[in-house]
Amino acid sequence: MKVAVCVKAVPDAASGRRIDPSTKRLDRSGELAISEWDTYAIEEALVLTEAAGDGEVVVVSLGPERAVDAVRKALAMGADRAVLVTDPAFEGADLLGTAKALAAALEREAPDLVLFGQQSADGGGACLWAAVADRLRRPIVSQVSELTVDGGTLTGKRQTEFGYDTLRLPLPAVVAVADSINTPRYPSLKGIMGAKKKPQETLAAADVGGLDESRTTVLALNPPPARGEARRIDDDGTAAEKIVEFLAERRLL
Amino acid sequence: MIVRPSDFPPPWSAGEAFRPPTDPADERIEVGFLVVGAGPAGLAAAIRLGQLLEEHPEQAERLGDVPVAVLEKGKAPGAHLVSGAVVNPRALQRLFRGRKRLDQLPFAGPVEAESVLFLTRKHAYRIPTPPTMVNDRNHIASLSRLGGWLAEEAESLGATVLPETVAESLLVEGGRVVGVRTGDRGRGRNGEALANFEPGSDLTARVTILAEGTQGHLTGAALERFGLQGENPQVWALGVKEVWRVPRPLRRVIHTMGWPLRARAKYREFGGSFIYPVGEDLVTIGMVVGLDYRDTALSVHDLLQELKTHPRIRRILEGGERVQWGAKTIPEGGFVALPRRFHAPGLLLAGDGVGLVNVPALKGIHYAIESGRLAAEAAWRTLARGTSARAALASYDESLRSSFIWRDLREVRNMRQAFGHGFYVGGALASAMTASKGRFPPGESRTERDAEQSLLHTRRADLYPAPDGRLTFDKLSSVFASGNRTRDDQPNHIRVQTRVPRELAELWAHMCPAQVYEVGEEDRDGTVEVHLAPSNCVQCGAITAKGGRLTPPEGGSGPEYTIT
Amino acid sequence: MKTLVFLEHHDGAIQKGALGVLAKAVALGGAVAGVLTGSDVRALAEEAGAHGAPTVWVADDERLAAPLPQPRVDVLAKLVRDEGFDTVLFAQSVLAADVAAGLAARLDAGLNWDLVDLNADGVGTRPALADSVYVDVGWTDGPRLAVFRSGTFDPSRTGGTAEVKDAAVELEDFSTLAEMVEQAHAEQQGPSIEEADVIVAGGRGLGEPEKFSLAEELAQALGGAVGATRAVVDAGWYPYSAQVGQTGKTVSPKLYVALGISGAIQHKVGMQSSNVIVSINKDPNAPIFEFSDLGVVGDLHEIVPKLTELVRARRS
Repeated sequence: MKVAVCVKAVPDAASGRRIDPSTKRLDRSGELAISEWDTYAIEEALVLTEAAGDGEVVVVSLGPERAVDAVRKALAMGADRAVLVTDPAFEGADLLGTAKALAAALEREAPDLVLFGQQSADGGGACLWAAVADRLRRPIVSQVSELTVDGGTLTGKRQTEFGYDTLRLPLPAVVAVADSINTPRYPSLKGIMGAKKKPQETLAAADVGGLDESRTTVLALNPPPARGEARRIDDDGTAAEKIVEFLAERRLL
Repeated sequence: MIVRPSDFPPPWSAGEAFRPPTDPADERIEVGFLVVGAGPAGLAAAIRLGQLLEEHPEQAERLGDVPVAVLEKGKAPGAHLVSGAVVNPRALQRLFRGRKRLDQLPFAGPVEAESVLFLTRKHAYRIPTPPTMVNDRNHIASLSRLGGWLAEEAESLGATVLPETVAESLLVEGGRVVGVRTGDRGRGRNGEALANFEPGSDLTARVTILAEGTQGHLTGAALERFGLQGENPQVWALGVKEVWRVPRPLRRVIHTMGWPLRARAKYREFGGSFIYPVGEDLVTIGMVVGLDYRDTALSVHDLLQELKTHPRIRRILEGGERVQWGAKTIPEGGFVALPRRFHAPGLLLAGDGVGLVNVPALKGIHYAIESGRLAAEAAWRTLARGTSARAALASYDESLRSSFIWRDLREVRNMRQAFGHGFYVGGALASAMTASKGRFPPGESRTERDAEQSLLHTRRADLYPAPDGRLTFDKLSSVFASGNRTRDDQPNHIRVQTRVPRELAELWAHMCPAQVYEVGEEDRDGTVEVHLAPSNCVQCGAITAKGGRLTPPEGGSGPEYTIT
Repeated sequence: MKTLVFLEHHDGAIQKGALGVLAKAVALGGAVAGVLTGSDVRALAEEAGAHGAPTVWVADDERLAAPLPQPRVDVLAKLVRDEGFDTVLFAQSVLAADVAAGLAARLDAGLNWDLVDLNADGVGTRPALADSVYVDVGWTDGPRLAVFRSGTFDPSRTGGTAEVKDAAVELEDFSTLAEMVEQAHAEQQGPSIEEADVIVAGGRGLGEPEKFSLAEELAQALGGAVGATRAVVDAGWYPYSAQVGQTGKTVSPKLYVALGISGAIQHKVGMQSSNVIVSINKDPNAPIFEFSDLGVVGDLHEIVPKLTELVRARRS
């Protein structure tokens, strides 16, 4: 079974995520690391191929050339190969552009299963997987907290606002995994040292069908609205009533 | 009742840091040369080894797939590095054999001007710069950034740098160090294996170079176990510093003495502060105090906050914003506290871990680099036919003794100890020493273990400023500003007795810049319980000097410094 | 503007968030229509009309019975193309996010998500970096797709009636490959901390582990989840899964009630983007009061039981 895992190299939390005032986009010039959400997907891919006894785990990413080092962590965890789609043209690519490029790279790989982490550590809440699934014309299930593969069928438990659904999908399929699905392993020392020897391929824009103009723009940065008047009460025995009044005012009851 | 921290030794013994290899032979990881610590000493060693390998490619096959491995317990090289710093570029230039120009080295700028101030609470008096502290031709740097840069250089020369990897114990076989065992990852608070538990590995090498920095975990154990300690115990100072973004560039390097430290001999408060420009828009300010202090209420972090309220200092930071905070100990014993030997079978010791710091000049980085370079050359000699490994490693000691490190440290050897007599007497003695280039007064002074100083308590803490969140800050928000986001659910890495006299608990609570220790409930016999929050720990090492022992937590834990 | 609003529904009612987005769409002006997709959903068109929708497209088909995204992408894509909608709005949910992204790929359109506002000029507002900065975002072309943060807008009951039209249901072959084997039923033991609209969190001020019952009862009364600070988790008073903060979970519920929590920055960064923060602490200098909407200085052991009772009474 061939599992492809889509990962994103994002600014490392330590270097401080900040927005570059000139481009109005996230400053990606610092250290990059694989988005924490993606490590759950990498772990799941490894768990599935280890359970099957054989298979290949390919990590696919869209990012700057520097992302090569960050993506290597996936190889250190146990993935077999990495494919990095990198091209200056892709800087600041939007959801659609990213989805198209990833889908093209994935088509080259023709995996049985494509895994995503559930969220992007820098974009917060992006749903790239659904766009990629549409481009690939394959079924999708997201927010998966439990996953099994039997022959050519995948069963997944999806967590929604209303509880858990159980879905069944034929492979090839696209799945976005929730962080409750597993505990990502630490790379072993041997894994870290062996990662450099594993194949890392780079693709340019031309290899994935080029890049259209972005369909969305960032126009301006503003400070957040003031929190509003903070109210303070010293309890004189009526604090509970006052709190209830406050909650009612804010329509929280 | 006289309380000394040394009366309550930590539950730890050096033997814990040694073991034979236990992994099956095919699971052991073999490297050529192993360096523990990606600081200036360790990376200098890795760089020199890389250069030697380039010059002698025929040795490559004897060194295997990984000729040089550098283990770093922090998240990345630089994550645990904090210093002033004003660096003498000499050792770096030697390391790169003159092939790097000054402007290619990661310095923030040369020292343009400097002053030394004696502070009182309201005033600042300029005093002539003591000769040992003159900094012309030196450069200002962020040690954290320098570490990151050196790591890249080491990697470009073929070294494998392994961050988030702790060297937990030395592997010993037949009395010889054959490598290290790395730390486990994925253990819970009670030591239990979690879902992603990953055991450590046996890493073997022909030579292991320990460059762990101050309070080096394995270094300390090795000095004891192999009988390498000199006649005098090592002593330390604790430095706490901040980096600020400021609207107006500072154009000089400033050192201060005096306030807020107390001059009377009985307090034993030796130290001062530094304020350096780091490029155009950053300023770094730090407070350094010897850990032989006696007042349980002393808190170096809070002294730093107090320092910032001085009118002369406040002006420098006006309109600015704190961007990082860090803390670390500095070995202060100097020449008289050096080990009597710097090698053991299979092992070499370099850098701050063995106290190569010139306290009066506030310099240690270039000595670390030079010692790393010399260690690499000695390690390389073990490959030479006709030289025994023992002789090759012993040559390290010889090269250290004939280096400028030795000469410099010898010259200033008694100065720090002079300050044990209080500021004014100490100052006079220090001047005499300088004038005589170390010949007067004659003899060698002695050091006393920091933990053996008896404690006293005052109401010093009443004077610490209440944090306002703009100029002055509390400890917890400072821990946050160090980038620390240590995983909570892991075993406690700090070894201390947790039922101790109140004075000792209060000493620790004030001492620790990261608020790890809290004074808990009092018992009938007057002792108190000590509560720990180990995930706050920024691994400064102060506890090791004052009655406890810091051991390394899980790899990747601790601060994530970037510009300290 | 010609706007289409995705009206998600569950258990026979349209989702409150979707009705809120509908109200916003109407307020923006232009032509507005809602779209209901499912099986036996025609009846919901009335509710949509009563909440301001002038027109409701109904895609009623057995194949749409399960709340799966891809068949909905097919329906919406055809509707947008045939009717020329230039704007499609969604209220954030697991389903809506997947539909919106799939639709963006299908229509080759731009998608902006996590929005808290949108104006008639087509400029959206999006918080970023833990709500520390607000970004104005726009679209360069094509239909504008937008997903709004949960609960951003309030529904508006107008009492109107909608014109109901039938939307064609033509599905791609791959859209029906995913099969719902078992659908989620009613909520079990209350929401998880990540999804909860209300979180009641306890800190050292609770005094002892047993007092966590105060937090639990209040949480239950408010229909929320229970959180904890690192200090009490360290001390073993509550499990790590409930830890909110830098090294625990980051949450942004509509209401965060902090009981006996001092508000150190390590905790703050895990909950600072909560809509409304109410804190009860007996220390008037606790840092948490600096970022609470309502700060109560008092004894939580006296206040909370009374509060819980009053809330229960209110809600029944």
